[in-house]
Amino acid sequence: MSVLVVMEQTDARWHRMSWETLAAGQEIAAALGVEAVAAVLGAGASALAGELAGKKLGKAIAVDHALLGAYSADGYTAALEQLIARERPSLVLFPHTYQVRDFAPKLATRFGRTLVSDVVKVHAESGSVLFVRQLFQGKLNADYRCSGDGPHFASVQTGAYSAEALACGNAAMETFTPVLAEGTIRTMAEEPFRESARAVDLTSADFIVSVGRGIKEKENLPVVEALAQALGAEMAASRPICDNGWLPMERQVGSSGQTVSPKVYFAIGISGAIQHLVGMKGAKTIVAINKDPNAPIFDVADYGIAGDLFEVVPALTDAVKKAKG
Amino acid sequence: MKILVAIKQVPSRDSQLKPGATGRWVDEGDLNFEINEPDAYALEEALQLREKHGGEVIALCAGPERAASSIREALAKGADRAVHVVEENPTAVDTLHLGRLLAKAIAAESPDLVLTGLQSDDFGAGQTGVVVAELLGLPHATIIMQVEAGEGSIRVKRELEDGWFQHVTLPLPAVLTIQSGINKLRYATLMGIKKARTKEVKAATAADLGVALDSAVVIERVYAPSRSKQTVMLEGSAAEQAAQLVEKLQREVRVL
Repeated sequence: MSVLVVMEQTDARWHRMSWETLAAGQEIAAALGVEAVAAVLGAGASALAGELAGKKLGKAIAVDHALLGAYSADGYTAALEQLIARERPSLVLFPHTYQVRDFAPKLATRFGRTLVSDVVKVHAESGSVLFVRQLFQGKLNADYRCSGDGPHFASVQTGAYSAEALACGNAAMETFTPVLAEGTIRTMAEEPFRESARAVDLTSADFIVSVGRGIKEKENLPVVEALAQALGAEMAASRPICDNGWLPMERQVGSSGQTVSPKVYFAIGISGAIQHLVGMKGAKTIVAINKDPNAPIFDVADYGIAGDLFEVVPALTDAVKKAKG
Repeated sequence: MKILVAIKQVPSRDSQLKPGATGRWVDEGDLNFEINEPDAYALEEALQLREKHGGEVIALCAGPERAASSIREALAKGADRAVHVVEENPTAVDTLHLGRLLAKAIAAESPDLVLTGLQSDDFGAGQTGVVVAELLGLPHATIIMQVEAGEGSIRVKRELEDGWFQHVTLPLPAVLTIQSGINKLRYATLMGIKKARTKEVKAATAADLGVALDSAVVIERVYAPSRSKQTVMLEGSAAEQAAQLVEKLQREVRVL
């Protein structure tokens, strides 16, 4: 019995969420009275797994195979299926990354299980595990329980656990070579690329005024732009605004856009889905203006105004202009 | 090309949600419902592929009777016909069970391409497409921003994190999960709405599909999240709220 944490790396660089998930794995393993085990997949993964030796783990496993050099759902699923059959963990944890979203549901299905995805907290005590995850883009929480024996599968939301909580120790190192045949990988992936050099760098802005669905129509954008101008702020937006082409994609803040940490971030008409929050939680001060007093954005805001943005924002623009003289 | 699009009906975005009497799901009493937004983009992509390459678009929806309105909407927008897997209990359905229902219904149609949204706005598990692909033994690609159909294969643009993308080629038949914003959504026309009334909607239950309910995961409790941060809520008229905020920014945050 163990808690198996599947770490993510690309080109020998760890995904930062891997360490958060490892900390979660250590905490859950301790509560269950079992060992935490870490695994990393790749071609030449042994070198990378060495970095796990100083962590408090039962062992660290390099799942090493030439066909795991580039990510594929088929390759990763087959390799982990074999590893799990050998290790027989009671719980398999993943960081909830885009890559994990691509293969972990497939892996869980292969074991006749449902992956509990994007969990924000795991309560483990005396052999029983309760997973907390968000519903309705963070408006409600739900407690999930897996029935039957393990292995159970869960992915951990970014920021839910702190990598600073990682316990150090000595981990035995092991290499596992899965049996993978070339023809079983059905997808052919090309080199990752970026669309274009980012003309707009939101990461260095002191003030950001960000707008979401609450703006309703493109024609209403000047209401918010006037505030940005008064503040000397950069304009940004949540994903749907850029999807609609109302603002360019390069002004998008969130998991698929930029990650910003300005002095003040104004979230206007943004409900606060996790995909947006991960991009702006690091702001020193967050101001939220939203008509729904229960919107998740107020969970991260320092100052909140529950009201109609079409009344509040013009009033705020006037007040800012007056304050600045 | 025969394209099947799996759509889900979810509470509309501005819904005020509260736990229902059982404490295990929301009170659906006062809610309005709509097509899950990423699924609407998947449907639009299917319609555009059909316009380019010909073929047929079949809308598939698993959900209670009320989902019939979303199925009609999909037909009004241009789907040729639909399959409604009637499943009344939303919380009885974990992703694997839902995947089994959809996979059985899809297998009966043998499509060349299966599209669905990358996640639903209610559960947000983000797994249905991948689970269905595994159950059907098909290759898949997730979070797709562009689809180029070729002979017996497709090349897609996958979204990675932090503004990165990647092209992936996969053989058909295949399953894709579509990202919001891949295209521009169309509205149903009056003609479309009229035509939709005469289009075929096949109904099937879990029993018809030979799928027994076997949930590997259950929801024990649904509740409002506790606030992690002490947010200072500013009250009063808009002008008063604005004045208070400016004062806070000057005195407490010291920025203006």
